[in-house]
Amino acid sequence: MSAKSNTDETQETSQADNQKRYWQSNLRLLGKLLFVWFIVSFGCGIILADWLDQFSIFGFKLGFWFAQQGAIYVFVVLIFVYSRQMKSLDRKFGVGDDKGPEEESQL
Amino acid sequence: MSTQLLTYLFVGSSFALYIGIAIWSRAGSTKDFYVAGGGVHPVVNGMATAADWMSAASFISMAGIISFIGRDGSVYLLGWTGGYVLLALLLAPYLRKFGRFTVPDFIGERYYSQAARIVAVICLIFVSFTYVAGQMRGVGIVFSRFLEVEVTTGVIIGMAVVFMYSVLGGMKGITYTQVAQYCVLIFAYMVPAIFISIMITDNPIPQLGFGAEVNDGSGLSVLDKLDGVLLDLGFSAYTEGSKSTIDVFAITAALMFGTAGLPHVLVRFFTVPKVSDARLSAGYALAFIAILYTTAPAVASFARLNLVDTVHNTAYADAPEWFGNWESTGLIAWQDKNDDGIMQYGAGAALSPSKPSFDGNTGVHGERLLTNEPTSSVNEVYIDRDIMVLANPEIAGLPGWVIALVAAGGVAAALSTAAGLLLVISSAISHDLLKKTLLPKITEKQELLYARIAAAVAVCIAGLFGIYPPAFVAQVVAFAFGLAAASLFPALLLGIFSKRANKEGAIAGMLVGLAFTFTYIAYFKFVAPELNSADHWLWGISPEGIGTIGMLLNFSIAIVVSRLTAEPPQSVQDLVDNIRIPSGAKAAVDH
Repeated sequence: MSAKSNTDETQETSQADNQKRYWQSNLRLLGKLLFVWFIVSFGCGIILADWLDQFSIFGFKLGFWFAQQGAIYVFVVLIFVYSRQMKSLDRKFGVGDDKGPEEESQL
Repeated sequence: MSTQLLTYLFVGSSFALYIGIAIWSRAGSTKDFYVAGGGVHPVVNGMATAADWMSAASFISMAGIISFIGRDGSVYLLGWTGGYVLLALLLAPYLRKFGRFTVPDFIGERYYSQAARIVAVICLIFVSFTYVAGQMRGVGIVFSRFLEVEVTTGVIIGMAVVFMYSVLGGMKGITYTQVAQYCVLIFAYMVPAIFISIMITDNPIPQLGFGAEVNDGSGLSVLDKLDGVLLDLGFSAYTEGSKSTIDVFAITAALMFGTAGLPHVLVRFFTVPKVSDARLSAGYALAFIAILYTTAPAVASFARLNLVDTVHNTAYADAPEWFGNWESTGLIAWQDKNDDGIMQYGAGAALSPSKPSFDGNTGVHGERLLTNEPTSSVNEVYIDRDIMVLANPEIAGLPGWVIALVAAGGVAAALSTAAGLLLVISSAISHDLLKKTLLPKITEKQELLYARIAAAVAVCIAGLFGIYPPAFVAQVVAFAFGLAAASLFPALLLGIFSKRANKEGAIAGMLVGLAFTFTYIAYFKFVAPELNSADHWLWGISPEGIGTIGMLLNFSIAIVVSRLTAEPPQSVQDLVDNIRIPSGAKAAVDH
């Protein structure tokens, strides 16, 4: 972008705006996923564990199961969900890394 | 074939495989050496990360610890897996986009400060060395028990193998050997677990087996039976915790945030081609790790049940062969307090002091005699927790090839982690300390040479730790996490998520976090160990969990100091903008 014209400036601001909105969607997604992360581990596995123990799942006390099995499964799912959702966010805002090399070289 | 011969065969051929891979994947450039050329497939990287992560502590010690502390052992399971969520969501993609070679590289650039870089190097070396020492103990145990060589010889052989592939191959060699090591270690972990699960419950899936009914006709589930058996012997119930909720919370958090801040794990995500690959790769890594981590609590409960069954109220003369084998390594001991020739197992320390020391003679039943004073407890049996996984196949009476496989798996776990740690130590020295700070004029070829020399020196130091383990090593390993959480994690997180975070804030935060956590641990572990109990701890938080408080301190200080001092220069704020979007990521380069 050598010649500074009006259109270039609007493009620049809209690009910055686009990035800002991308970042905010990212933060919202992080908030949701980390909420789940906290609930299954510190929530069900630790704080609520004693109360949950009155229920049972697959023959385990529920709180015990969350702490030694369940939370780990949820962790794995969370990362794959994150990876998928981010890929679609990347596409939506046009900031992904799966574009052709010509487009990439401009950034 | 004898078990001994099989073990030589399995361990020997796994070594040949690792060395073969090392020769095939020699590093030609610093980029090969530091980040494996930057073109590693996400699944391959996930597998390598899993092997890198699962150390001798995960493979050998973790199930043993859980076996003896039951429910409280959940802190390790949650902490060492939950950290990957933080790593994948908060750090890995951004550090990949940043695209350099090392973790201190990021801190140095983001906080536009050589001082910050050096502080990060110090944190990194401290964390990594305490960790690597623990791996060498693992190698030593496996060698002394299964190959019946001196621990020293065992450590030297192990070091020679690591030397071959880390010094020659750098990250490239390590990545591909770690893939092989993952396959060896997970196979070695799962085979006995499945066997034992079938033997005890008829259910071939250990994850379900330890909730299922025991097939002895009692109708009790494994955990109910275990609770009952342990209560009878005077222990607390397996599924009940004895640590306070706040302490469990703090320890879990320290392990989680520490995991996310461990340099040897973070650097693995520098090796994939794209930002989206880094996210995906973290998912694969955790999936591969979860296979072992969800099996470990099952192994723990089966092992404890089997142990009580085979040992308690058994005459020493009728004890199975494994008992004598482990007794000769000094990791099991029996003191016949009531002179009945029968082993009584129960709660409480069997010996005083608690570690056995043998006087070299054997008693009337053939047991190794001890110089320890007997305690008032009825318990006559000393069992080191570290042997549970290794002895498990023998306790369950599994065939020799399974035992040999477990030995090869234990060595794979220890070597893969040791190699990863040695690599981050050597790259921190050759890249951050020499190239970026002390000798900026060296060429790439010289830097590569220095990297190899640093790796070689680090291998030798780690070997010394293994042969002459300082008494404090075993205790310190768990603290590596607290220190990583309190020092590196906040600096990395703020560096990405706060544009306002500046060098004054980051340096102050890292130093205070590290100093606070280190002092607390050192005070209770070395200065005044007699005060190390819940009554004297800050808010009931043990030294294992104090990293969480150190981290909060680090965050608060970093934020407040950053607010009070000048904001970072525009170029740094642009850098933060740039790492927040995936597009335009190039392979890791040396700018």
